[in-house]
Amino acid sequence: MSVPTKIPAAAATAWLHLEQLGLQAGSTCIIDAATLTLAAQRTVVLGPNGAGKSSLLRLIHGLLRPTGGQLIWPQQLTQAMVFQRPVMLRTTALENVIYGLRLQGHNAPECRQRAAAALDKVGLSAIAQRPARLLSGGEQQRVALARAWAREPALLILDEPTASLDPASAREVERIITEIANAGTRLLMTTHNLGQARRIAEEIVFIDHGRIVEQSAADLFFTLPQSNAAQCFLKEETP
Amino acid sequence: MTSRRLFCTSLAVLTTLGLLSATASHAEERFITVSSTTSTEQSGLFSHLLPIFEKTSGIKVRVVALGTGQALDLARRGDADVVFVHDKSAEEKFVAEGFGVKRQEVMYNDFIVAGPKSDPAKAAGKDILEGLRRIEAAQAPFVSRGDKSGTHAAELRYWKAANVDLDKAKGAWYRDTGSGMGPALNTAASMNAYILADRGTWLAFKNRGELGIVVEGDTRLFNQYGVILVNPAKHPHVKQADGQKFIDWVVSEAGQKSIADYKIGGEQLFFPNAAKP
Amino acid sequence: MPEFSESLLAAWYLLTDANARLIDVVLLSLRVSLTAAMIACLIGMPIGALLAVGRFPGRRALIVLFNGLMGLPPVVVGLLVYLLLSRAGPLGSFGLLFSPAAMVIAQAVLVTPIVAALTRQTIADSWLEFREQLRSLGASRTRAAATLLWDGRFSLSTAALAGFGRAIAEVGAVMIVGGNIDGVTRVMTTTIALETSKGDLPLALGLGLILITVVLAVNAAAYLLRQWAERRWG
Repeated sequence: MSVPTKIPAAAATAWLHLEQLGLQAGSTCIIDAATLTLAAQRTVVLGPNGAGKSSLLRLIHGLLRPTGGQLIWPQQLTQAMVFQRPVMLRTTALENVIYGLRLQGHNAPECRQRAAAALDKVGLSAIAQRPARLLSGGEQQRVALARAWAREPALLILDEPTASLDPASAREVERIITEIANAGTRLLMTTHNLGQARRIAEEIVFIDHGRIVEQSAADLFFTLPQSNAAQCFLKEETP
Repeated sequence: MTSRRLFCTSLAVLTTLGLLSATASHAEERFITVSSTTSTEQSGLFSHLLPIFEKTSGIKVRVVALGTGQALDLARRGDADVVFVHDKSAEEKFVAEGFGVKRQEVMYNDFIVAGPKSDPAKAAGKDILEGLRRIEAAQAPFVSRGDKSGTHAAELRYWKAANVDLDKAKGAWYRDTGSGMGPALNTAASMNAYILADRGTWLAFKNRGELGIVVEGDTRLFNQYGVILVNPAKHPHVKQADGQKFIDWVVSEAGQKSIADYKIGGEQLFFPNAAKP
Repeated sequence: MPEFSESLLAAWYLLTDANARLIDVVLLSLRVSLTAAMIACLIGMPIGALLAVGRFPGRRALIVLFNGLMGLPPVVVGLLVYLLLSRAGPLGSFGLLFSPAAMVIAQAVLVTPIVAALTRQTIADSWLEFREQLRSLGASRTRAAATLLWDGRFSLSTAALAGFGRAIAEVGAVMIVGGNIDGVTRVMTTTIALETSKGDLPLALGLGLILITVVLAVNAAAYLLRQWAERRWG
């Protein structure tokens, strides 16, 4: 079984700089000149609804093209992304994972072997041959994680991965995410679940109205938020 | 994805098979293509005649049935080996232009004028020209083929001979349908209109409604059929030998007798009159 | 309506009597139109998928073109193919005119735009769903088109059926390029046209009922297949 790759030499080594990164749709400003250096292994982006969290992730993943500024990658990082709603092809769970690997250019036997291993790691070996679309939401999200994980990304981007799941499935998905991170993959994720953010994050990036308002170590953020916006946000979101 | 490959392969194989079966099913057969008129086909003459020829010669005859004008055009493009039609002047022009080798007369049938049994125009009788004049005078509905067929050409000749200038006389009563004999008869039956038709198609036609024969028996209504081999000098792929065999048989004693033998309800439809060899 | 009951009777008589010639006509119809529909799928579906997924100059114009060509009159297609295949035409030397192959070609031309346009619609819908995921996995647009074609194979059966239905029901094109030659290129629709010409309306309608039955049977089979597939794959 191949273990996803390397632990960064020093956690403090920056792996991404955003320089005045902007995203404009018509006259609406979605991301406003974001300047940011990401160095932590596990970064969680927080912010109210519509703050631009998802757009920021998609800009970084390359699904959206910035309308201003630039992304600077000090080294090439292979990426994978998991979305809020898993999208499954009309085939088996295993074939869905294999599909992601085929696109990376691996040969058929290797794909099969790695896909089986990835499904095993997300605890779905038993249902590898089941039609993916007929699985429960939680199981589909785990297949999506396996599909991402099997590609051995150096950076895994997750957009609200547990938002549409029931609590039990959400816990299982969170466990898998933690496991992936423990194996050394960088995480960049958004979540609405502050408990989840607390458990996973080393560093928090807080955005509001498309602007980066605050970036701080997770402990610090939750105990002593610097900005008014973050203080309000934490007050509202904490039950 | 093996199932995917299987699916795509079988789709491709099926398509190829379908195409092959569509192309190859009759490719081995020895056949000629005859462009002819709807009257010979729809009167049932060919389904009586051709099996006899096919049996004696081993040559299948594929008939494409169109109006005479279209049938000749088809042959002009080289898409037939033999033409078997009924418009003498058009046929002679076809030969003169070099598209046909030689025109031979085969048989004749006759035209009739069908119309409402009540005959509102009082057109009944033996005189075709007088009949047409009365139809025009009464402005009684008349259906024309209007498709440059042999029958259409004949109709126009009769109007002219009757001194009716169609260009001027044409009105709501004169319906130009641009269709074959059968469809035109269907139209006439549903409109209760007069129509010029060949007797063969009329006899084989089942949807007559209120129509009956109004004018018949005028010698001017005789309708001569001719047969022509398409000129191999113009179209080298023409099946000269087999096409000539068909023509020779049609004008032979055996062929002529077979034509005379064809009857609907005891009535003979076509009268062989090929020149004796 | 005495004619209607008469034609039901005629249809019943034709079916039970099932003479060999009628069976040949029905089989030829199926063979020609199924082949044409399959060719149309092989050509039209990739085109439709690329139109849905691709980004290239002229894409919009092509979409409009294919949507418009859905209404292509069969007679015009027949005439075009006739002029191509006629001895005097550019492809005349193959001697395909008045053969089933010519009818297959004409129907494939007629039906390909229908398959392409319907495929484009179906794939455009699933592209909305899959777009981010497929791009995230690094699929090129061509690859994405192929993936979505495969993924939508069961819903695309509708496009294939629409093509087949149009092919087997049309008469204008096969009449011109096939010539309605007895025993060679006579299919159900041209037989119906011929019997109508001969004024034998009950027989024509009876044949029409058989045609409808055949089309319904094919559609029912496809429907069941699709139901099964949806239950199987979601």
